[in-house]
This record gives sequence, structure tokens and C-alpha cells, in this order.
Amino acid sequence: MSKIALTRRNLLKAGAASGVALAAPMSFVRGAYAEEFCNMPTGSTVTLGFNVPQSGPYADEGADELRAYQLAVKHLNGEGDGGMLNTFSSKALKGNGILGKKVEYVTGDTQTKSDAARASAKRMIEKDGAIMITGGSSSGVAVAVQGLCQENGIIFMAGLTHSNDTTGKDKKRFGFRHFFNAYMSGQALGPILAEQLGKDRTAYHLTADYTWGWTQEESIKNATENLGWNTANAVRTPLGAGDFSQYLTPVLNSGADVLILNHYGKDMVNSLTQAVQFGMREKQVNGKNFEIVVPLFSRLMAQGAGENIKGILGTTNWNWSLQDDASQAFVKSFGQEYGFPPSQAAQTCYVQTLLYADACERAGAFTPPQVIEALEGFEFDGMGNGPTLYRAADHQCFKDVLVVKGNENPTSQFDLLEVVKIVPRDQVTYDPAIFGGELGPADVKKC
Amino acid sequence: MDALLLQFLNGLDKGGAYALIALGLTLVFGTLGVVNFAHGALFMLGAFCAVTFNKILTLEKVVLDPEQKTAWGTPLEIRTPYVEAWLGDFGAFLLNYSVPVSIIVAIPVMLLIGVVMERGLIKYFYKRPHADQILVTFGLAIVIQEIIKHYYGANPIPQAAPEIVSGSADIGAWFGLAGTIVYPWWRLVFFGFSVVVIGAVFAFLQFTTYGMVVRAGMRDSETVGLLGINIQKRFTVVFGLAAVVAGLAGVMYTPILPPDYHMGMDFLVLSFVVVVVGGMGSLPGAVLAGFMLGILQSFASMNEIKSIFPGIDQIIIYLVAVIILLTMPRGLMGREGVMEE
Repeated sequence: MSKIALTRRNLLKAGAASGVALAAPMSFVRGAYAEEFCNMPTGSTVTLGFNVPQSGPYADEGADELRAYQLAVKHLNGEGDGGMLNTFSSKALKGNGILGKKVEYVTGDTQTKSDAARASAKRMIEKDGAIMITGGSSSGVAVAVQGLCQENGIIFMAGLTHSNDTTGKDKKRFGFRHFFNAYMSGQALGPILAEQLGKDRTAYHLTADYTWGWTQEESIKNATENLGWNTANAVRTPLGAGDFSQYLTPVLNSGADVLILNHYGKDMVNSLTQAVQFGMREKQVNGKNFEIVVPLFSRLMAQGAGENIKGILGTTNWNWSLQDDASQAFVKSFGQEYGFPPSQAAQTCYVQTLLYADACERAGAFTPPQVIEALEGFEFDGMGNGPTLYRAADHQCFKDVLVVKGNENPTSQFDLLEVVKIVPRDQVTYDPAIFGGELGPADVKKC
Repeated sequence: MDALLLQFLNGLDKGGAYALIALGLTLVFGTLGVVNFAHGALFMLGAFCAVTFNKILTLEKVVLDPEQKTAWGTPLEIRTPYVEAWLGDFGAFLLNYSVPVSIIVAIPVMLLIGVVMERGLIKYFYKRPHADQILVTFGLAIVIQEIIKHYYGANPIPQAAPEIVSGSADIGAWFGLAGTIVYPWWRLVFFGFSVVVIGAVFAFLQFTTYGMVVRAGMRDSETVGLLGINIQKRFTVVFGLAAVVAGLAGVMYTPILPPDYHMGMDFLVLSFVVVVVGGMGSLPGAVLAGFMLGILQSFASMNEIKSIFPGIDQIIIYLVAVIILLTMPRGLMGREGVMEE
């Protein structure tokens, strides 16, 4: 049996060796942990994937989303006037990229088709190394891309998607939505409808036949029936029907005195225009003026509907005419860059990009479990919608909802919506259990 | 009963549009033997003739006012339309009637587009298989669509009908049943217009020497050629005529359906079904099938029918097409020997 002499020199050597031994595996494990997640940035840049409709019926909306993303990247990298970075309640973002890495981006075209959107997101994840995917102008697309991101362990910051399903039955741990949903539209719009149109009304719904339309019809129906309204009928119309005359004529003699159009984009422009041509705005039923309601509004749609939109009630996530500092800062940056004000789609996309970057900064890492933790339950302000909560239970943002109506006397070609009421967040908050769904795991490492 | 009548009117209206597009398609197929998938794009281009005419009428003089600022801090733009400023009441009248007046612009423009399309591209595909013709015309349709989208954006651009026909007609009142059948004036105008155009095309082919030669050429172009007639030149004119018919349908349809770059594709597929059901190469067949399918589609959308057969409104046209083609393989009025070799 040999004997090792315990000298001062040997002790120092052993101490150094064990220090190295203890430190080495730790740093190795930490590196390995980070590399296990999909597309962790290794160089001096970080790549975000902007997946928006660049062709198809929502191309104009997609173009506006892309403008907002490009502006957000500029502001994150410290260029321009900083926009909402100056008003955002969290001060983690310094204008030096994300965690010191310069922000770069790739873009894809969703074509407002689920399969095309998934293929484009897949390309951005597998080929371009995007660490986060964001965008979309349709709930069908958002749900499809969100599912793909969950499978790949990539964070998905949803753009314009209004279906209850996105953060309801189809919610995902890796998916986050800043935009409001159909349920909130119903809760916000219901009382205003009762106030302005009365409680003794009979509604007729025309509904776009896909996930968003169904959830909006259900939400508005529930909200109005709770206020005492009756529902004469709810008819599903094919997406992109073009001519809605065969669905509109039965409304005329149905006994209904309110037509609710659960249509968006081109469908809404067409159905509203045609409803007005059928004399529905001058009609009297049950001794009351016949009314048309469009629960989800956007300024770009209002532009398409022209004169017909005047005086029609609906809800919106945000409007450029808001006077708070954050909205003003964003309108100023966007207006100076592009020469016109941003749409609600642009605002939600801009905010989502900043929120993701901020979460990485606060987490001190790009690893999804940490970023998800930083976003879950995050309470913030200064982004144009008042105090906002990213609820941990379903990854849905809760904030004030705007009830708007088509401006009767617009002062400019952009001044199309008039804010009727800002409905406080408490009034539109609901129990996450009502829509079911499972978030799923946060440590998905497949790529 | 009034519900049935209203759906019948809807059907006539839709049928009018289908028939006008299918008529042009059949004309081109019957004369040149080309399956033209760019025909829907011609309908869309017609609609954009109306949009462009309206845009020209509403061109505005933009003056920057440094005293007033926009919300983003740049000087406010003050806009004044030229036409109203220069022409006063006549300018306002032109603007009000911009859709029907744009027909005058659309006829030469569409004729030119049709002739250029035929001489510039399609004539090189006469001897090629139908698959090649379909591919090249489909590609052309996409190119035209993208050009329009580039200049006009993807959103629909609403066009107003003249004020006098912008409301709806109380048709019930004509029969002593006031308030029961209310139908938009412009849709009635469109139906009347489509009947007139269809009548004019038939009259042109039936009662003019030019039309007679074209009809002879449709039957046997070789023999007509041997008689010393340059039938190819006449067929080029027929292609231009088909473009004008589609374009006029597009112009007049704009107040019903705010035009966007994709509207041609939406109508094209249905129009092909109409042509096949009517019988390839048969002009009366195309018109008959257009109206028949338009009316059937409207009736199938009635709630009473949908409650028994959910979703029938979305498949009725194809269902009827399948039944007709199974029982009458040449379509309703198809001629023997067309596309059968």
C-alpha cells in the first residue's frame, strides 16, 4: 500500500484539479443544455421568423404586419426613435439587440393557407435557424403554425388571430397571443349593443365557416342572448363566397331586426356592401330600425367597405387614434417611416416582437423554458392597450377592448373608426377552464 | 313564395355573370380550340377598367399644408379632386355614373388586350396539346393577377352604382304586395345588361356575314380557308370579342362585388363547370347552363333545404355537373366530335 504524502504543494494541486473537474462538467452540461433546444444562437446574431400573408386575400394586412416587424427590429437594434421601447414599463431592452446579439429576420408567405403557412414556418426553423416564429392573419393558420412550433420547441408569438381556440382548446405551451379574442369581443360589445339598440332585438348571424367564425358566432350569440336578445338563425357561409345574395335574401323576411356579420377581410367587405344594397340599412322591422353589426373590425377592412361602414358597431384590438403616450409613440415612428398610420395587425405584431425580446432579456437566456417562464404571468404597460397581463394558464393577454363604430365624418382617409368605449379588462376576463385545452410541455428539444 | 322568388332573382343574377363568362370561354374554344384559363383574368381586367376610370376621375391635387400636422408630425395633405374642380356639375355627374360610363373605355381596352393576348402568346399554342394550353393560360392568369395586385393592392376596391339605382326596388309593390320582395336596382340592371349582351353576341353571329363566316369556320376552318377567307384573322377578332364580353361583365359586376385581383379565379372554375355542363363548344348550352346553375345554387342556399342537406349549397353545382355528365356525357347541348378525338 503506497502512501501519499500530504504536502502543501500536493494539496494545492489537488484543489486546482478538483476545481477544474467540478467546473468543467458544469460548463459542458450548461452548454449542452442550451444546444439541445432548437436553433439556439451561437454567433453574434439572433434570427426571428416573420410568417405573414404576402399573397392571398390578407396580403395588405400581411404587408402592414411586415412593416411593423421591420420597425420592431430597427428599434430593438437601437436604430430609429425607439418607438414603444421608450414607453414600455419593462426597461430590460437596451436597444442593443437581444441579449447583446443583433436581431436579424427572415420572412415567409403564409398565403392564408394552413399548409403553406406550416411549410414556410418549417423552412424558417430548419433552414434559416429562426429561434422564434411570429405572424399570421387567420386563426386557422395560427392554430396550425402554433402546433408545428410546439412540436419543434420554437416559441410562436401569434399575430392577428381572433378565434377562441388559439388560446382555448388548441392552446400550446410555446404559443402566445397578444391579440384579443371572440369571447372578449362578445363581452365588450354586448352591453353597448343593448345600450344603443335596446334589449328587445332579434339577431340573424351570417358566419364564415371555419374555426374563427364558429367561435365568434358562439361568443356573440351567448353575449347577446344573455342580454335578452333572440337569435332568429345562424347561417354558415363558405369562405370567399364572393356573392352573398343567396344568404342575405332569407334575412329580409326572417323577422330579425339585426344582422350580425361574423365575416372578416374580403368576405366582410362583400357581405356588408351587398347587405346595404338589399336596403337593410333603411329597413324597418318590428317597428325598429334594422341594424348591421360587424363584431371584428379593422381599419383596412373599413377602407374596403367605403361608405357602407359608417355608423356600424364592432370591436377592435387597437386604433391609431388612441391618445396614450405609447400609441402616440408608435404612430409617430410608424408614420414617419411609412407615411401612414399603422393598423391593429401592425400594432399586435410590433408588440409581440418586443415582448419576446424583453422576455429573453429578463430570463437572461434564449432557452424556451426560461423565456416561457418570463412571459407567463407577465404584467406590463406602455404598449398602447393599458395595463396588460399575459395569463399563465392559457397564454392569452388580458387588456382593455375597444368598441368602435365606422366614423360618420372622417377627417382624413385614415380616420375611419371612432372609439365608442374603452371596455376595461376586468369586464372581458374569463375563467380559462371554459375553453378547455392543454398547454403541453415546455422542455421540447426536438428541432 | 316570396323567398322562392327572391332566390330565383338571385339565381338569374348569378347566372347572368356565369353565362357571360362561359359564353366567351365557349367562343374561344369553339373557334380557336383553345382552353383559355386566362378568361377569368379578362373578367377581372374589365372590373379594373372601371376601377381605373374611377381613379382617374377622383385624381386629387395634393398640397402640403405646413401649418397643420398629421399625428406622426409630417405636414398635412390637403386634397382636392381635379375633375370636380375643372368640370363642376358635369364632373360630379361623370363621377356618379363612373361605372356605366367606363363601359365606353372598357370596350376598346378589352378588345386590344384580347387581340394582343391572342397574337402575342396564345397563337403559338394552337397546335400544342390542351394540357400545354391550360398551363400557359393559367400561368398568364397568375401573371395578370400579380400585376394588378402590385398596382392596386390585395384589398377589394368598392365601386358605387349611380345614385339613381343604388337603392332597392320594391318589386312586390308592382304586384300589389308591397314590402315583400325587395331587390337591389343594380342587380336588376345587371341582369338586363347580361341579357342584352348575350342577345347582341348571338345576333352578331347569327345575322351578320362576318358572324356567318365565323360560324362556318367553327364547323370547318379548313374549307373556309380554301375559299380564300383568312379565318385566322376573324378568329383573332372573335378572341377580342370574347375578351370584351368578359370585360363588360366585369365592369357591370363591380357595384355588386367590390373587385380585387382574385375575382377572376373565383369565377373561372365555376364558368368551366358551366361550359362543360352546357356542352363544349355550344353557345346556347353555355348560356342555358349558366342560368340553370346560378338558379340551382341560389335555391340550394335556402335554409329549408340546408336543414335537410347541410352544406348542399357548396357542392350543388358540382353534384349537378356529375349527374348531367353521367347521363349526358356531351353536356346539355354538346356537339358530337368536340374534344372526343
